[in-house]
Amino acid sequence: MNEMTKPAALPAAVRSVGEYVPMVDGPEKVTGRAKYTADMLDAPALEAAIFRSPYAHAEIIDLDLSAALAVPGVRAIVTGDDCDMTYGVLPIAYTEYPMARGRTRYKGEPIAAVAADTIHAAKEAVAKIRLKAKELPAYFSAKAAKAPGAVQLLEQRPGNIERDVFFDLGEVDKGFAEADAVLEHEFHAAEVCQAQTEMHAALAEYDAQRDRLTVWCSTQVPFYVHLMLARTMKMDKAKIRVVKPFIGGGFGCRTETLQPELICAQLARKAGQRVRLVVNREETFITHRGRPESDVRMKMGMTKDGRITAVEMEQDQRGGAYSSYGVVTILYAGSMMFGIYDLQAARYVGRRVLTNTPPCGAFRGHGTVNTRFAFESMLDMLAEKLGLDPFEVRRKNLLKAPTFTLNDLMVNSYGLPECIDWVEKASRWQQKRQGLPPRADGRKRGIGFACSHYISGASKPVNWTGEPHATVNLKLDFDGSITLLTGAAEIGQGSSTILVQVAAEVLGLSMDRFRIIASDSAVTPKDNGSYSSRVTFMVGNAALQAAQNLKAVLVAAAAKKLEAKPEDIEVLGEVYRAASQDKGLTFQEVVVEALKDTGTITVKGNFNTIPESWGGKKYRGAAIGGTMGFSYAAQAVQVAVDEETGEVEVEDVWVAHDCGKALNRLTVEGQIQGSVWMGMGQAMSEETDYYHGLPVTPNFLDYRIPTIQDSPPIHTHIVESNDPYGPFGAKEAGEGSLASFIPAVANAIHHATGLRFRDTPFTPDKIFAALDKRARNAKKA
Amino acid sequence: MIEVELAVNGERETVSVDATQTLLDVLRTKLGLTGTKIGCNQGVCGSCTVLIDGKPARSCLVLAAGCRGRAITTIEGVGTADAPSPVQQAFIEAGAVQCGYCTPGMVLAAEALLRKTKRPSVPEIREALSGNLCRCSGYTKIVDAVKLASERAAP
Repeated sequence: MNEMTKPAALPAAVRSVGEYVPMVDGPEKVTGRAKYTADMLDAPALEAAIFRSPYAHAEIIDLDLSAALAVPGVRAIVTGDDCDMTYGVLPIAYTEYPMARGRTRYKGEPIAAVAADTIHAAKEAVAKIRLKAKELPAYFSAKAAKAPGAVQLLEQRPGNIERDVFFDLGEVDKGFAEADAVLEHEFHAAEVCQAQTEMHAALAEYDAQRDRLTVWCSTQVPFYVHLMLARTMKMDKAKIRVVKPFIGGGFGCRTETLQPELICAQLARKAGQRVRLVVNREETFITHRGRPESDVRMKMGMTKDGRITAVEMEQDQRGGAYSSYGVVTILYAGSMMFGIYDLQAARYVGRRVLTNTPPCGAFRGHGTVNTRFAFESMLDMLAEKLGLDPFEVRRKNLLKAPTFTLNDLMVNSYGLPECIDWVEKASRWQQKRQGLPPRADGRKRGIGFACSHYISGASKPVNWTGEPHATVNLKLDFDGSITLLTGAAEIGQGSSTILVQVAAEVLGLSMDRFRIIASDSAVTPKDNGSYSSRVTFMVGNAALQAAQNLKAVLVAAAAKKLEAKPEDIEVLGEVYRAASQDKGLTFQEVVVEALKDTGTITVKGNFNTIPESWGGKKYRGAAIGGTMGFSYAAQAVQVAVDEETGEVEVEDVWVAHDCGKALNRLTVEGQIQGSVWMGMGQAMSEETDYYHGLPVTPNFLDYRIPTIQDSPPIHTHIVESNDPYGPFGAKEAGEGSLASFIPAVANAIHHATGLRFRDTPFTPDKIFAALDKRARNAKKA
Repeated sequence: MIEVELAVNGERETVSVDATQTLLDVLRTKLGLTGTKIGCNQGVCGSCTVLIDGKPARSCLVLAAGCRGRAITTIEGVGTADAPSPVQQAFIEAGAVQCGYCTPGMVLAAEALLRKTKRPSVPEIREALSGNLCRCSGYTKIVDAVKLASERAAP
């Protein structure tokens, strides 16, 4: 009789990719232990406050600081005289000073700042600064600023045009001639602001003896802050350290260096003491960098079977007083017409205009959102005219991946068809589109649909240095712990969790073995930062390569110890063995072997984009929008409209998003839902408004962010198209679902009421006015 | 300056405060309890939510000098790193936390709700948290988290 032995439980590699993984920094956040910049109160510091311009446009004649300097406790005051270096995003657009010099160009622009023993003293001193200025004509709309004879805001920008863009691709006129229907409409999107819950904050420490500067600040881009600190402080980059503490959201607001960190550093050096600068909510709104007010004219042709024959778009953006990301935004607005449908003829005229309002920047869905609003609204209008179903129209124009678009954007994976299919079914579209019964309270209901897309990181970096796009270090030491070092800025999107997951997955280890240190320039490798949805794709790939490199080191060590060939070593996470009968080595034993003679091991992983993804040089602005992975989204929105009040309630949203592969289903769902909801804010209620340049909505009462009561359930579906270049097939998840909400809800309101709205936000007053007008006209008839 | 004895997270402490100083400012600057966040400092966003005698309150609108004899609970008084409360644990597991800035206020508002109502309905959850703005999540997973916590506490 054979002796039957129960086989010992096989050790197994631990899986973390593709699961629902809670965030690695969740415990700190739910217990209040997470320290955001303003929470670093253990560090004794002077408190600072900013003196801001009361003028929308004025020449600075004199700044009298004498009374301010006499306030007890004041340690330093800095003004535009302290810094004659401009800063900005693109080297061609360094147009802004940390504090205005010679001229101030919007209400609220920083002009001076005070550091004092207490915040009260700092504020009292600010109140005593006397500005003598000569007012200049000010322009609060793109139209006024670009009108002939307008005073030029910036010396380098004639006509107040920050950038104009033109392209004409394919045979546009022929396309219109061949169309069975052509429509042309104007759209308007109000300016919106990121309004992240954490106000901007910085803490700066200057060591005069060694001429060293350390800055902690609320940023998505510590590396860019580092560069701009060196530039504006005229310091050696090597003597600067930038640390990013916990960050209370960004959404693009902090993808560039902002004044608080630059001013705080100036104050710290002048005062010779540590300085803290926390700006208030109003100032956070005024710092702005939101999505510009956009006027869009779009003409689109379609055949009777639903194919788009040509598109022509003209777009003016009110950019605010300085360049910020303006050039990029106006280029994206045109370029990103492509990449989602098969578009064979398109013409674009875009103008980014400088105005006397706070500078706009890069807001989630950067550049694509207002274009997509117009585009997807036009698709529905043409579908209606031609008697086609909105789903049918989208399906008629799908791409076939892999492909290159007409403007040379590379499309490698394309899950849009699956997104569309899921939404159609889950929302019970075909049934509902026949007509939804009114609600018990009499509200009329409707359902609308739209699609959108976004890049997984811009293939061409803003600052071209020749370095790889991303670098990750993994440090393995005697204790068997692995430290992942990255410059990628965790801002709440979950980048730290994703990077640990990727490395843990490759090594088959539990995430517990890892710790992550992110965004401290003294310790972590440089990273461009968290913007353009680049982190999962680019930094994720770098983490993947770093982990593979570490694995190779460990396999070699195990092979040596086990006297086997490296290719015969089986890695089972905590066990490395040479054959299935071998009990193998524990991870710690492998580490001991690997560290012999060399000591602590640090390996590196890099990621670089491939040149084919950079976009061609066929036309001006072609190199924008290039990415190695487009994400896709489709969503249906159901509304109930109160015709008595004009109020629209969003009842339900069904969204499907192709993120290639969900590395973390929990955070991917969270990103999709957050995007959809942020699109809802722009569509339904959010708008930054100005009265002669004075911000009148710079607070959470007047800037209407949807509350939990206004927010619908968001039914979320993940589509996995397995991108050939993404880490484990992943693409972006945090932006692509935003843009489609706005046209989807416009289409839903049209379905419910028969009225078409082309002007965001779709507030009750606008809806009511349109309903009322229609009723009056009907009466007259 | 006014001497006031505050009972914060079960501990009594006497602090001297300005007559106009808010509870939020005192908690953060005098007691080092920075888990209570400043989002707007004007009573709209709910980031500074604490419990006063068990009820959610916006600490930016409450004067510290008026808190004598009242039981104040901040996020630091809810669970610990090793043993988070069921609400805190559910927020982590349900993915209700993104940037985390609104989280302390959300957790406290949810704690107050669940102490009062063991198994709240979704509309009740939405109402109880309607004074707290979150800019990241779209709220779907926050509702999920509160439901999860209530189901675990009262199965």
